[in-house]
Amino acid sequence: MYRNKGVVYLSNEDKNMNFSKIDKPIKNIKEEIFLILQQVCDPEIPVLSILDLGIVRDVIPNDDQIEIIITPTYSGCPAMDAIAIDIKLKLIEYGYKKVKVSYTLSPAWTTSWMTLEGKNKLKQYGIAPPNDKNQKDFQKRINNLLFKEEENIECPQCRSMHTKLLSQFGSTACKALYQCLDCREPFDYFKCH
Amino acid sequence: MNQHHQINESIKCLIDQTLHLADTCLILGQRNSEWCAHGPILEQDIAITNITLDLIGQARNFYQYAAKLLVEYEQKQATEDTLAYLRTEREFKNLLICELPNGDWANTILRQFFFSTFQVLLFEEMSHSKDAQLSAIAIKSIKETNYHVKWSSEWVIRLGDGTAESKERMINAIDNLWMYTGEFFIPAKYETIDVVLLKEKWLQKVKEVFDEATLIIPDKGFMQSGGKLGAHTEHLGFILSELQYLQRVHPGAEW
Repeated sequence: MYRNKGVVYLSNEDKNMNFSKIDKPIKNIKEEIFLILQQVCDPEIPVLSILDLGIVRDVIPNDDQIEIIITPTYSGCPAMDAIAIDIKLKLIEYGYKKVKVSYTLSPAWTTSWMTLEGKNKLKQYGIAPPNDKNQKDFQKRINNLLFKEEENIECPQCRSMHTKLLSQFGSTACKALYQCLDCREPFDYFKCH
Repeated sequence: MNQHHQINESIKCLIDQTLHLADTCLILGQRNSEWCAHGPILEQDIAITNITLDLIGQARNFYQYAAKLLVEYEQKQATEDTLAYLRTEREFKNLLICELPNGDWANTILRQFFFSTFQVLLFEEMSHSKDAQLSAIAIKSIKETNYHVKWSSEWVIRLGDGTAESKERMINAIDNLWMYTGEFFIPAKYETIDVVLLKEKWLQKVKEVFDEATLIIPDKGFMQSGGKLGAHTEHLGFILSELQYLQRVHPGAEW
């Protein structure tokens, strides 16, 4: 089951990316690491694992140490340092004492890397998940139109599409603040990025 | 020997350019952070501090890269922290506009609008850089900087085309800041990005927003520069004394 999860996650990659390692059979140790990483959560959105979030770019098991490569969601995301510590602590629990966490900026993280499971978890948690970035004209709309909301967002409480943007900036760098005009609940939207 | 010298020169330029980019983001971030808990309303307090967070994140990426280059090529001991906390004002290469006091909300907004509009153009250019790391930082940063442009553009229009008082405040802000916008487009020797080329696009974008805000772009006049080369206004020293106090008094302190 976990193996399948790992494969689903990896096959979600952007087609442009060169992930030559995927084609090779996943070694047991790598499989196990992914299984462990499934338990490391985003400290600010604890319902999401770092795999759901799509920030784990690679796991490289060497003889003497395990290297985990992660990418930040936003440049200033203060959770990154905490996540690196959590990864190390979690792997120590399973006996992996020499762990190196490296960062990569390229290719830049996008919400397209968030798993479907992650999006469903967000919704259940009360945060509207990011819309599909491949919608027609998405980039054009976010860049050009002032005073226009970028997207139609569904209220995670009552499923109404009758919602409005309160602020482009929310409780964390990755979220915007919305309000439902039917049930009146304010809610966070995980910005499409 | 000659070739070796050239390589050294180009690395030195790359380091200086990276530090200039880092200092610019850090100092504007530090200035904006003064708004934390003082914003006009809660949502806007959160907005300006989120923008600050992005700027500090960008600064960290640039500082980490500069430190790596200094260690590898100049055998200097440097980290992102030593570069931010242990350099003096003459060593800082940030744009002057970033170090100016915040003033009122109109002044803060207008500076953010001028700066972010420039930063998007700069990062678009930089995304094609031959240097892989500068290109990666630029591509990463453009996405968030687009939010800054949209947010600040809307505020410029809201205040410019708002009440008599808000308009007057915007006009004062233009008078105050305009002479610091020329520095965006005055190249320093170490810059590999041709900033001169960005000027027309920048003016066009500013004009679009100003037209909608019923504001007027000032006539040509004197433009202040010097920040890129380490010649600063009197304000930078005060910023650094607050920013660097802890590390100067308790070297190596961590939290």
